[in-house]
Amino acid sequence: MQTRLFAAPSPHIHGGEKTPRIMGDVVLALIPALAVSIYALGWRVLMITAISIVSCVLFEYLIQRFLLKGRNTIGDLSAVVTGLLLAFNLPVGIPWWIVVIGALVAIGIGKMTFGGLGCNPFNPALTGRIFLLIAYPVQMTDWTTSVPDALSGSTALADFKLQYVTNAVSFDNHNFLDMLLGDMNGSMGEIGALALILGGLYLLVRRVITWHIPVAVLGTMIIFSVCAAIPMGGAMLWQMPTFHLLAGGALLGAIFMATDYATSPMTHKGMIIYGIGIGAITMIIRLWGAYPEGMSFAIFIMNAVTPLINKYCRPKRFGTK
Amino acid sequence: MRTFPIGGIHPSDNKEWSKDRAIETLELPSEVYIPMIQHIGAPSTPIVKKGDKVLTGQLIGQAVGFVSANIHSSVSGTVTSVDAYPNGQGQRRIMVVIKREGDEWVETIDRSTELKRECTLTPQEIIAKVRDAGIVGLGGAQFPTHVKLSVPDGQRAEVLIINGVECEPYLTSDYRNMMERAELILTGVEILMRAVSVERAVIGVENNKPDAIAHLRDVIAKGNYRGIEVMPLKVRYPQGGEKQLIAAVTGRQVAPPPALPISVGAVVCNVSTSIAVYEAVQKNKPLIERVVTVTGKELKTTHNYLARLGTPVSRLFELAGIPEGDVKLLNGGPMMGRAIVDITAPLIKGCSGLTVLSGREAARGTELQCIKCAKCVAACPMGLEPYLLSKLAKLQKWDVAEEHNVVDCIECGCCSYTCPSYLPLLDYIRIGKQTVMTNIRARAAAANKK
Amino acid sequence: MNELLLTVLTLSVLGALLAVVLYFVAQKFRVEEDPRIDDVEKMLPGANCGGCGFAGCRAMSEALVKRDNIAALFCPVAGGETMKSIASFLGKTAAEKSPMVATMRCGGSCDKRPKVNHYDGALSCAVVNTFYVGESACAFGCIGYGDCVHACKFGALSINPETGLVEVDPDKCTACGACVKACPKGLFELRKKWPKNRAIYVACRSKNRGAVVMKACKAGCIGCGKCEKVCQFGAITIDNHLAYIDPEKCKLCRKCVNECPTGAIHIVNMEPLAKEPKPAVAAKPATPKAESAPKAVEATESKVVTAKNE
Repeated sequence: MQTRLFAAPSPHIHGGEKTPRIMGDVVLALIPALAVSIYALGWRVLMITAISIVSCVLFEYLIQRFLLKGRNTIGDLSAVVTGLLLAFNLPVGIPWWIVVIGALVAIGIGKMTFGGLGCNPFNPALTGRIFLLIAYPVQMTDWTTSVPDALSGSTALADFKLQYVTNAVSFDNHNFLDMLLGDMNGSMGEIGALALILGGLYLLVRRVITWHIPVAVLGTMIIFSVCAAIPMGGAMLWQMPTFHLLAGGALLGAIFMATDYATSPMTHKGMIIYGIGIGAITMIIRLWGAYPEGMSFAIFIMNAVTPLINKYCRPKRFGTK
Repeated sequence: MRTFPIGGIHPSDNKEWSKDRAIETLELPSEVYIPMIQHIGAPSTPIVKKGDKVLTGQLIGQAVGFVSANIHSSVSGTVTSVDAYPNGQGQRRIMVVIKREGDEWVETIDRSTELKRECTLTPQEIIAKVRDAGIVGLGGAQFPTHVKLSVPDGQRAEVLIINGVECEPYLTSDYRNMMERAELILTGVEILMRAVSVERAVIGVENNKPDAIAHLRDVIAKGNYRGIEVMPLKVRYPQGGEKQLIAAVTGRQVAPPPALPISVGAVVCNVSTSIAVYEAVQKNKPLIERVVTVTGKELKTTHNYLARLGTPVSRLFELAGIPEGDVKLLNGGPMMGRAIVDITAPLIKGCSGLTVLSGREAARGTELQCIKCAKCVAACPMGLEPYLLSKLAKLQKWDVAEEHNVVDCIECGCCSYTCPSYLPLLDYIRIGKQTVMTNIRARAAAANKK
Repeated sequence: MNELLLTVLTLSVLGALLAVVLYFVAQKFRVEEDPRIDDVEKMLPGANCGGCGFAGCRAMSEALVKRDNIAALFCPVAGGETMKSIASFLGKTAAEKSPMVATMRCGGSCDKRPKVNHYDGALSCAVVNTFYVGESACAFGCIGYGDCVHACKFGALSINPETGLVEVDPDKCTACGACVKACPKGLFELRKKWPKNRAIYVACRSKNRGAVVMKACKAGCIGCGKCEKVCQFGAITIDNHLAYIDPEKCKLCRKCVNECPTGAIHIVNMEPLAKEPKPAVAAKPATPKAESAPKAVEATESKVVTAKNE
């Protein structure tokens, strides 16, 4: 056998990290939350999730193959993550065809129009969800589930909003432990708070995400809700922040949606500013906005600010103060 | 434990392949090719011609200007040619070819092995000896040592930092020197301290070499070397970068270019350079040989050789037994080494190791799109944005790249190493750096004319 | 109904008011510009290639209109005719320049210049050039990763997969000079464009000695000087072991082609001279000669095919 000399500029070795592996880690981190969801809401969860993932992957493949005529990119698994996150943002009772439309918007408009993975200014799954929320508000806020003991048709945040505007906030009906374990109304992926935290820890350990964004988002939400609770005083001071962290999409958004690589800032300082922005906007919407939940909109708005943050938050140049 | 402030990576160092191989003296080559440029700065002028007889250690290339280095014959014999021959990258450079006949040394060189510690020379005399001996940084940068030691007027060195980090994966030549020739290193350090007039010297060693740290400390205590301290550093690549090492040891950061280490009162030398300085000053021996690691996963045997400069690298690879099939041969380690495409090329002053990678180890992954994961930004030890610089260089937006400080890049390769999309970030940044530096020099030249 | 009326009225009044404001602002901040600049810009090709030395066609037309003497200005893309009509439009005299064409001066195809290593880095000639000579042993030859192809805005360059070399389509080439700047080895030269796209040039840039050239490439110029001697017009000079044919002096006599022992002198769209009746000597040059002629034909054919595909 003849010896053939290879040549390339340095470095000659690689750390071994790969995009598909990162995306695979995200999928893995979402599995516990999916399991909780299936346990709480039934097998329909799995069906909707499957539809969402399959249609996201299919749309990416078709668009890449026939419209962009580029290399097949479904192998990077990013469409799977988008599909999974989109499903996690939908109520379990949603008709299947709405899921497909959501996937088309998420992949087709949210991602591929901008040139695919890494070029999208907005989180694709969120783009899909927000489109559906505006286009199909009835189906998107129908929380009646197939589980018989899920009594009311509204989420905890909607209840809270009603109470807050009438100045009659009370968390006596809420068992925080139940909320932590997944016994509440909400989108398929947002109900298993503990499972989401577990997933987040896994991502931190695997260095897929850094702590900056989740901590900044959740920290800001805590500070905000404590401030909002000060006039009420008493037990509200801890109930309010706990409620806001566990209810709605706070954890799903902070850990999985806001940390999306393409749409979050590049420097740690920028990430913290971005996280504070998301936390603040979320709480503003939750307390004073028209919608009961503001996580999606907050992330979406801050996605738009990301390029500006990137422009002004440069990394610290070595040797400068 | 200390380390540098920002960025860095943790590649597996694989030093166990060759770290326990004691230094062997390589047999004398039958023919040497000695390039007239083995340093940063102006190429030296050959002062011998075809047919001349030369002795081992005889000056054959005269330094041109201050930033340049003398070149000496590494064997004795007859000059058979002074002409352009390819270096490891296939580029033709002026080399002096000497056919070896015996091994007759220049008389003034003291070839005894006993340690000579006493040194009463003035700093100027030491620097002159270092310059005459043609010593350059042996860690790989090949910057003339006498230039480093000449502290400019109005500035003062406060600490001498000796680089025993050897952060480059695979390589073990500095490690072997620390284990086997610690006395020479420490005496060299004493001389260097004298040369730059400092009371304190710190030898930085990463704590993946605990035996080297212990051994150096032991020798310091036994030999009563004053003012020399061994500082263990937390393992992180590229700790051996000059600015990174200064930051790790002193906590001070050298300002961006054109600021030099002396601006924070530091002078940095490699441990192997320290040995060369000792030999030059105490033994009158010019730089004609060095310790070089030959390593690789698929080699039959790995080695740490003490080899004469100018030995064709093919001889070293031959002794190690290159595996068949696809290979990548490197002058240096896998992070910063340069690929060798012509194995007739000679061993040069800055070559601390020869690495053999199999085709599989060396093959690059398929490029995907940038996903803006910011891993390169977090890994960059200079606080740059590699993803952006790479893109700017690709688009040839040189002025924007300059605004984003592309010239700060130390080409350590952390960005390409971490990129999950396998983008050749450094490949393009390097073009950007070279082009911008050329532009800056052109501007400076134009300003000078006015 | 009232509300509707009120809304419509308010908006209309507001619109009208703002229109007036806009009008005055536009008047006040108006930039006086010679209307001829627009006209001249329309006459230029609009490729914004920078071949004239200006940032784009707009900058060029400004210069054309504003400068009194435009003899130094020339748009290589538009060519002499357009420059003349622009000059007559402006009442000035245009530069006279014969048409040029980019020429890639390396003949080291895959079979003549074997690869001695395998490059595995970023696919860019500039990147290759940052650290080593390239995949062949020749330090002067075409690297073949197509930086020039990317730089060409007119689609005139393409890499022939068989030879691994860049080929110029003289009909598409506008001599803007982008390839000259892009090639890190400096292989491109803008040469005089002969009728029928004929050309003759030394397809080698190696300044190495003959022996070194022969080792790396069978098609390189070895600086033997035979062509220099045979040229009656003094068009050929040898410098650093490398022949150069001055296009201004060359008369396309093609005598040098038969002399060249390595076939480094390429002719395009021309037949080589008939073999001289000296079989012993002619036998050797016949080989490269026979090869180079069909290659030129092949090249043009393949270009036609790619043009159709596009």
